[in-house]
Amino acid sequence: MVASALISFTDWSLLSSPHWVGLDNYRQLIRDPVFYVSLRNTLYFGVGSVLLGVVTSFLIAILLNQNVRGLAFFRTVFYLPSVVAGIATALLWVNILHPDFGLINYLLGLIGIQGPGWLASEAWAIPALILMSVWGAGNTIVIYLAGLQGIPTTLYEAATIDGAGWWRRFWHVTVPMMSPVIFFNLITGFIASLQAYVLVLVMTNGGPANATLLFGLYIYRQAFEYFNMGYAAALSWILFVVIIAVIGAQFWLARRWVYYESR
Amino acid sequence: MATTGAALSRTGRPMDIHTVRKLQRAFVYVLLAAGTVIFILPFLWMLTTSLKTSRGVLTFPPQFFPTSFEWRNYPEGWSALPFNRFLLNTLLVTTLAVVGNLISCTLPAYAFARLRARGRPIMFAAMLATMAIPAEVTLVPQFILFTELHMVNTYWPLFLPAWFGYAYFIFLLRQFFMTIPRELDEAARIDGAGDLRILWSIILPLSKPAIAAVTVFAFIGNWNNLIAPLIYLRSQEKYTLALGLKLFQGQFITQYNQMMAVSIITLLPIVVLFFIAQKAFVRGITLTGMGGR
Repeated sequence: MVASALISFTDWSLLSSPHWVGLDNYRQLIRDPVFYVSLRNTLYFGVGSVLLGVVTSFLIAILLNQNVRGLAFFRTVFYLPSVVAGIATALLWVNILHPDFGLINYLLGLIGIQGPGWLASEAWAIPALILMSVWGAGNTIVIYLAGLQGIPTTLYEAATIDGAGWWRRFWHVTVPMMSPVIFFNLITGFIASLQAYVLVLVMTNGGPANATLLFGLYIYRQAFEYFNMGYAAALSWILFVVIIAVIGAQFWLARRWVYYESR
Repeated sequence: MATTGAALSRTGRPMDIHTVRKLQRAFVYVLLAAGTVIFILPFLWMLTTSLKTSRGVLTFPPQFFPTSFEWRNYPEGWSALPFNRFLLNTLLVTTLAVVGNLISCTLPAYAFARLRARGRPIMFAAMLATMAIPAEVTLVPQFILFTELHMVNTYWPLFLPAWFGYAYFIFLLRQFFMTIPRELDEAARIDGAGDLRILWSIILPLSKPAIAAVTVFAFIGNWNNLIAPLIYLRSQEKYTLALGLKLFQGQFITQYNQMMAVSIITLLPIVVLFFIAQKAFVRGITLTGMGGR
């Protein structure tokens, strides 16, 4: 981290020795429109994938917690995509999302909907990536399931005796009891969403027209395609500050909605 | 009072509630079945695509099932690039990294679980905080470090970091070690065992599920690692499978059938491992997830 800070004050291409340029990299950064684009894309993708992933996984976990038969089977089905997620499945999704020959637009076509261009469309590329990330978010289902099984049944019994229906039991027992687990998944999900740039590098390489240029990808491009090590280090530092700010904000908000039993 | 009355009258008619329960269960199964189809479809599509002809993958409108089963896509895709070599490279790097992770994570995990040292809670918190720093923040300084060490285009940068601990695994192991009763190590200590001995003979044999979880997580993480090979490896004969797949995509962009065939082959070890060690997976992920409670 310290090395990263020092490098961010230099102009370094690795071929020559570094020159001290002071705050020049940061000045350049403030005027760099691509920097803002990548920041916006990252937050859009991060918030979208985390929220959708958290809600979907939570609902699936609740379904799985209903004493269903074949729990092991269903758990495997929902969990497997997150285990194998990597470049192989990224290539699979490039194929699935293909505007003409892909699975999704084929299925949409069957019910008479003309699907969008997905990764080829500026407006639909990030939603397409979010869709893929939700498919691979099954590991959180396992965490939710363990949390749900840890809620004492006496709480539900007490609520039922008090006349609470399923909705009120869900909203006043399940959600508060699960709030620490949801919070954990929000934080780890957000950090994981920052890693998605590696797959995006293969899938779209930031296109079309920088619509999927995530922050990590921009760092990668500056460092390893343009060899601006100093500028890339400055970007890394900004990213670090943004992460700390987002996580700090989540912790601050958490005081309002996360319920800890021990308190 | 009114709500209590309603609940009583409902329980007063057991037939009704029975039907309601049955409907609810049916509803749950319908939703789960729908979810299963959605989650499985991409895999089926991967399989059917891998068996289509080169023209079959570019037919419009697409067909879900291939007209003929082109099994030769598998050997042909695999030999289009030196994938055997990539496989050996991946096995080498992954093994070295997994061993490194196991050694470098059990020791600090034991220290955090058992040893008393001043400032331990602060050090533990600092270690957990590093989990929040994504890898791309340290990408550039790490690259410069390995450049200075003249390790670019070698395997060292791919597995050496694993020998310096990994917060997530340390946390997972520590959580598990904490569940082992202290009386066991105290008994061993009375018999004259030191810390390393206690770790090796008492803690580790009792921690097989956690060790298994770390092993499979580390294996998959390194198997799928793309960014490190991409940055550090220059000569093609040193490529890993992940980088080989990227190369394949770059060279044969429309050969979806062979691309999917090769992808399936690279996923097979992970899938097999997953089915063998599924319990360890669930256990490991639960252990760290409940740390949030």
